[in-house]
Amino acid sequence: MNAIRLAVENYLNKWLFRLKGPEAGPVVLTQRRVFILPTRQGLLFGALLLLLLIGSINYNLSLGYVLTFLLAAMGIISMLHAFRNLAGLHVRPGKTDPVFAGEHASFAVCVDNHRTLPRYAIAVTRKKQTPVFCDVAQSATATAEVSMAAPRRGWLRPGRITLFTRFPLGLFHAWSYVELDSRCLVYPRPDSSKLPPPKPHSQTGAGFESGQGYDDFIGLRPHQPSDSPRQIAWKAAARDYGLLTKQFIGRADAELWLDWNDLPASLDDETKLSCLCRWVLDAEAACISYGLRLPGKELFLAYGKQHRHNCLEALALFGLEDGKQAA
Amino acid sequence: MENKPLNFRNIVWISFALAMVAAPHAERLPPWVSIFAGVLGLWRLYIAQRRLPLLSRWLLFSMLGAATAGIYLSYGVIFGRDAGVALLVLLISLKLMETSSPRDAVLVLFLGYFLVITNFFYSQTILAGLYMLLAVLVLTAAWIGCNRPSDDYPAKEKLHFASMLLMQAVPLMVVVFLLFPRVQGPLWGLPQDAYSGVTGLSDTMSPGSLSELSLSDAVAFRVKFDAPAPKASTLYWRGPVLWRFNGRTWYARTYTVSEPPRLQALDQPLRYTVTLEPHNRNWLFALDIPGTFPPQAGITPDFQILSNAPVRIRMRYEVASYLKYQTGMDEDPTELRRALQYPRNSNPRARELAQSWRRSLSGDEAIINQALNLFRNDNFYYTLLPPLLGEHPVDEFLFDSKRGFCEHYASSFAFLMRAAGIPARIVTGYQGGDFNAIDNYFIVRQADAHAWVEVWLKQRGWVRIDPTAAVSPLRVEAGIAAAVPATDPLPLLVRQDYPWLRQARFMWDAMSNNWNQWVLGYTQQRQMQFMTQLGMSEATWQNMAIALLVASGFIMLGLAGMILWRLRTAPRDPVQKAYHKFCGKLAKNGLARRPAEGPLDYALRLAQAIPQKAEPIRSISELYISLRYGTLVDKPAVNRLRQLVSEFEP
Repeated sequence: MNAIRLAVENYLNKWLFRLKGPEAGPVVLTQRRVFILPTRQGLLFGALLLLLLIGSINYNLSLGYVLTFLLAAMGIISMLHAFRNLAGLHVRPGKTDPVFAGEHASFAVCVDNHRTLPRYAIAVTRKKQTPVFCDVAQSATATAEVSMAAPRRGWLRPGRITLFTRFPLGLFHAWSYVELDSRCLVYPRPDSSKLPPPKPHSQTGAGFESGQGYDDFIGLRPHQPSDSPRQIAWKAAARDYGLLTKQFIGRADAELWLDWNDLPASLDDETKLSCLCRWVLDAEAACISYGLRLPGKELFLAYGKQHRHNCLEALALFGLEDGKQAA
Repeated sequence: MENKPLNFRNIVWISFALAMVAAPHAERLPPWVSIFAGVLGLWRLYIAQRRLPLLSRWLLFSMLGAATAGIYLSYGVIFGRDAGVALLVLLISLKLMETSSPRDAVLVLFLGYFLVITNFFYSQTILAGLYMLLAVLVLTAAWIGCNRPSDDYPAKEKLHFASMLLMQAVPLMVVVFLLFPRVQGPLWGLPQDAYSGVTGLSDTMSPGSLSELSLSDAVAFRVKFDAPAPKASTLYWRGPVLWRFNGRTWYARTYTVSEPPRLQALDQPLRYTVTLEPHNRNWLFALDIPGTFPPQAGITPDFQILSNAPVRIRMRYEVASYLKYQTGMDEDPTELRRALQYPRNSNPRARELAQSWRRSLSGDEAIINQALNLFRNDNFYYTLLPPLLGEHPVDEFLFDSKRGFCEHYASSFAFLMRAAGIPARIVTGYQGGDFNAIDNYFIVRQADAHAWVEVWLKQRGWVRIDPTAAVSPLRVEAGIAAAVPATDPLPLLVRQDYPWLRQARFMWDAMSNNWNQWVLGYTQQRQMQFMTQLGMSEATWQNMAIALLVASGFIMLGLAGMILWRLRTAPRDPVQKAYHKFCGKLAKNGLARRPAEGPLDYALRLAQAIPQKAEPIRSISELYISLRYGTLVDKPAVNRLRQLVSEFEP
């Protein structure tokens, strides 16, 4: 049974919906790509019309006929409107931010309307998820986010995205499938086992934990008795905010190498990557310069958002062929 | 859209639309139903506005139970036409109470459409149709609103979209209306009360029954003559003939319709078409005296045309009548005995008077004249407001009150004749009619209801005598409005003191008549006729179905072309357009823009090629770049670009 269903689905995908993998660039929802079927409400409406017709015949209501036929004509015409509401839109991938494995990736889908016709209640969804509705005015663009679980590191593709509309009457469901050339980078899941990080090679001896310095003010936290009175935010205290401690960081001179080979050989590769990922995040949070050494790849000591991304990307794609996800 | 709850605006639209549809029912529903439904609607609005939780299912179900019980108490039934409508109204308002999602809303709106059709049970006039069209528009706008989840959908746009949809639906509707093969209803038995509330003559007549009818300006039927119409005073529209008298009330007989009665015509036949309003009885009205009768009907020995089934939809039929005739020369003696029956113990004074005439006068004609003279000379009044009569109504009318409407005159005259031994019977029907010069037809209203007498004379057969004419010749000559005192409460539109109002009324009635003929009276028969006129060789349902498919297919193609055409119209960017014009001017001089050349590079190349025009080229290009790629968006800048381009000559 299942095999037959799969075969039918494949056949439909290939011959009816003409899905051939991701398409580059904006996808135009040509009239050929828009499909339409009545909804359950549409069928209910049909039943209502039948009831109205029987009533009109039985009671000889001429205006009943008029009403029945007017509503029927309106229902049929709403099919053309539903079709027109979707056809001719351009769909392209929007910006997609990397996520960590185990989180939800969110793919931005940009819907462009290059026509004079405003489009209403265009829904964007992926596999039976709750659709996101947007209106697209004349010559405007709307962006909808489609989210998807990212269980493993590597590149994640959203697969087939459905755009549909039931406007204006909800009697017809017009839809179109697109497979956009968009992908989301999934970093490894940060390890939570708190494996101790390697000792930083430091001139000052500051580690992660004591990353505080006295150079740059970064914010306030609740006062603790051990804090120096020099660090109390007196102005805030005077405004009745209670005692707060000013926090500073010093650009510590510590240098930290996060090395694949430092990890116990007993760990499997994915756990190692998770550990390294955690260390990268911690080092970044502690404002330490860090470098990353992987088999066959080295990222030199640096600090900052871009460096963090480069390190995490290297971890995410470690050992993967281009465009694949970890098993 | 299923999971997003309805916002306040949607609830307001739905409630308002439903209120519009239910409003005309208010005058027919028991007051408690209207109040209950109204309170529920306002309650729902309050809940939506204050974002309160909806009522519990339990409470709603108990309210439903109470409502059903209430309907049963008010009507004695739960189903049936009127009770069904009341139940539907309550059901819709209860359903509205638990409506929070668009899915529920659509269900309520569908019930709303169904409620629209129930309004047509009671009224299908032009005005009712227009009002319901408006209600359908609002219902549809509310429906569209439910299908667009965004919170701000302006009312104007919603109505605009709904009216556009409805307008696009009209051509298809018209074609289906004309071509959809009509089936003559009903498909099954209708509820008992399906045709209640229609006005018209009845098969009995007692003092006061016709004067009551005279207060109604409802149309009884309309008549179009093939030839010029005869004088109003000759228009006696024959209806039920009443034979049996119990001293107060006259009753019709039941007939077994057999052979058409014998009739000797003394005149050319007068042909005409009657469009009869439904009155839920079998009588078809025709001028005295009908010589033919339509199919699906028969004629009784006393010349009543009876339809085979009660007239429940507007009916058109053609008849021919003879205004001069002789009938009943060889009347059956048992029939004549029937026409002499009266209760022996009633109206003693009138009986005594008639018998004294019989003794003193010679000949039936003399007695008839004596009776008519009595009405003429003895201070009788013709009025819509006669005093109430007691046990012996004929006596009291003839000797005491002397004020009466046509039924009083006809009844007492027929009684006098019978008491004097002259066979007599009462004929009820209508007399006269308003001539509508706009479409050349007569309108006969309920207010024209009339009763007269036929007496049987040996040499002449049945002869019509109208005793009312003796008292008030104006009634017959010029209609009821001229005959009754101005203080009598005649329907406003029958009165003669507002000529412009009558004119407007005629115009309106002409429209209504066309509406009746073409919209409401578009029955199976009419459809066949129309199809034949259109040139369909055989108006079978198969042919009509084919024509329907072809015609609606063409309309759908046209509509699809029209609707999908807008997919081709890309908005023209005026900036882009101006720059294209600029490039076009240069291309003519051999300086066309290369495919991969940006506007900046192009400008530099142009400036080198025609240095004397460097300045305008630079300003046009800069303006274009900042309008197209920069943040500059304002109308004057666009206009300046246009102007620069149009002034530019390479």
